Amino acid sequence: MTIQTSLATGDPVAAVAAPEIPVQASRGYWGSVLRRLVRDPVAMAAACVILAIVLAAIFAPLIAPMDPFKGSMVRRLRHVGDATYWLGSDELGRDMLTRLLYAGRLSLFMGVLPVVIAFFVGSSLGVLAGYAGGWINTVIMRVVDVFFAFPSVLLAIALSGALGAGILNSIVSLTVVFVPQITRVAESVTVQIRNRDYVEAARVSGANPFTVVRVQVLGNVLGPVFVYATSLISVSMILASGLSFLGLGVKPPEPEWGLMLNTLRTAIYVNPVVAALPGVMIFITSISFNLLSDGLRSAMEVRQ
Amino acid sequence: MTDLDPRDRGGPAQPLLTVDGLVKHFAGKGGLFGKGPAVRAVDGVDFTVMKGETLGVVGESGCGKSTTARLLMQIAQQDKGDIVFDGELLGSRALDLKAYRRQVQMVFQDSYASLNPRLTVEESVAFGPKAHGLSSAAALARAHDLLRRVGLEPRRFGGRYPHEVSGGQRQRVNIARALALEPRLLILDEAVSALDKSVEAQVLNLLTDLKQEFGLTYIFISHDLNVVRFMSDRVMVMYLGRIAEIGPADAILGSPRHPYTAALLASQPSTDPNARLEEAPLTGDPPNPINPPPGCRFHTRCHFAAEVCQTREPGLDPVAPAHFAACHRAVAGSGHPDAPPVPLAA
Repeated sequence: MTIQTSLATGDPVAAVAAPEIPVQASRGYWGSVLRRLVRDPVAMAAACVILAIVLAAIFAPLIAPMDPFKGSMVRRLRHVGDATYWLGSDELGRDMLTRLLYAGRLSLFMGVLPVVIAFFVGSSLGVLAGYAGGWINTVIMRVVDVFFAFPSVLLAIALSGALGAGILNSIVSLTVVFVPQITRVAESVTVQIRNRDYVEAARVSGANPFTVVRVQVLGNVLGPVFVYATSLISVSMILASGLSFLGLGVKPPEPEWGLMLNTLRTAIYVNPVVAALPGVMIFITSISFNLLSDGLRSAMEVRQ
Repeated sequence: MTDLDPRDRGGPAQPLLTVDGLVKHFAGKGGLFGKGPAVRAVDGVDFTVMKGETLGVVGESGCGKSTTARLLMQIAQQDKGDIVFDGELLGSRALDLKAYRRQVQMVFQDSYASLNPRLTVEESVAFGPKAHGLSSAAALARAHDLLRRVGLEPRRFGGRYPHEVSGGQRQRVNIARALALEPRLLILDEAVSALDKSVEAQVLNLLTDLKQEFGLTYIFISHDLNVVRFMSDRVMVMYLGRIAEIGPADAILGSPRHPYTAALLASQPSTDPNARLEEAPLTGDPPNPINPPPGCRFHTRCHFAAEVCQTREPGLDPVAPAHFAACHRAVAGSGHPDAPPVPLAA
């Protein structure tokens, strides 16, 4: 019993020296995640690519060499490497480089915004369903299951078709596609967390459910859900491009990668490289988002 | 120990906790739609805990120890039965759930799982007081006091995350967290079982000291009989959702009256090589709690089982002062051939 008092503070030597040791601020969880993410070369490369594309889209009016809407009937479908049109020109003789830069604005917007909205709506629903349980869970999750019965592409097309073409309507329909997916992930993570001892300990401390969810549950649920949501950005971009390709999203002459892919498809035998460029942009952007979310996932794996 | 606590109502003679007919059946899974047969995890348990004592609870896995703890904490809801805390019925107007929980807290077995990995140690300890309306600064100050009291220097450990401290230190944090609401009853559910022996000893000493200092009452659940012997004033032995035997620790662990308790004691490996057992004191698994055997629940594994044991379930009867056992063999007039003779006066 006498040993206990000296051992209580850890090892006695350190305890004596304690006042001289500067109080080390422990890195928070997110600090250590960021540190591990920065050390992941693939994730960092993907992040740089995304950053470059985002910056190029934002500053398109400053860096684009030409007007994205002004065409020239005599200079249609120039090849890549042309002296004036570096990346060629499209079927109406508009500069491809300019249009690809401008198109990034709408494509990124339509790729990211539905996922952001669905992240908030879906995690709220999922945490509610997972934590409340009982009939609330049953109602929410069965409705989610109904949405899961439809393939996401088909659901997006059907909703967009029903709502009518337009940017806003495609964002709405894409959000509706992603909410059930995020809800399901958030629900399953919440159910796992809810049964942890620390949540039960928090509940028996007499705290009200909102406090328990806010302090004990959310921090552990939002991480995995966030990773899942970032992986949806690429899907969202492809779906948004698909909607535009089908004429349900952005309307011409507005530049957007999916729409450009559509209008250029007639030229695929004449100038296949130029016709494929918007597709290449979609591919690079979505794979970068996927690699980044992959890196984020491994950086967030809690090690003891 | 029981003096000077303004929350004390009935004085030292009134039990702190009285459990009456506690029943918890878990609905089994089975069939396509219907619910299967219920698992009788806790099947009619009555006991009392006196103020300032430590009640040890022992039994093998699946006997209902942890379910009992969870029922006492109201993490799970009992199907039947009452919990009376210091003379007030839980759920009555005088004692609502929130008031009850402030006075009863629990330390879990898994020290890592019972701390939120995203919160620092001091945040975890301060959570309860804050939830009960203390300001952040006051809650943090109380957390620091408690951390210091359980032997963790708050300046060194307060800002750390659970994975940055050792298992023993984590369990100290859990104890501090449980004490943060100034409870009167602390339920320790296998609280030291996951720790290695030297750390376990330190934590047990800490618990003994804290009990003195704060006038606490413990329910100490463990499968380690040595630890229970060290900690407990009284011991309760559970088997298949029921109490097999309850009484003073010396009596239960010294002269057990229930053959199951005797088998538990005999199952401890002896340090004396000559006293080594050639035969297992108890063979087979406990029967399925979905369908407990009729009569005495232990008769399927009992060496002394007689006819009466298969037909009539023994009650928890007094066999010595303050010592109760649920065994026909120990009770006069039960019909068991080995039962003591009926005293003439009765």
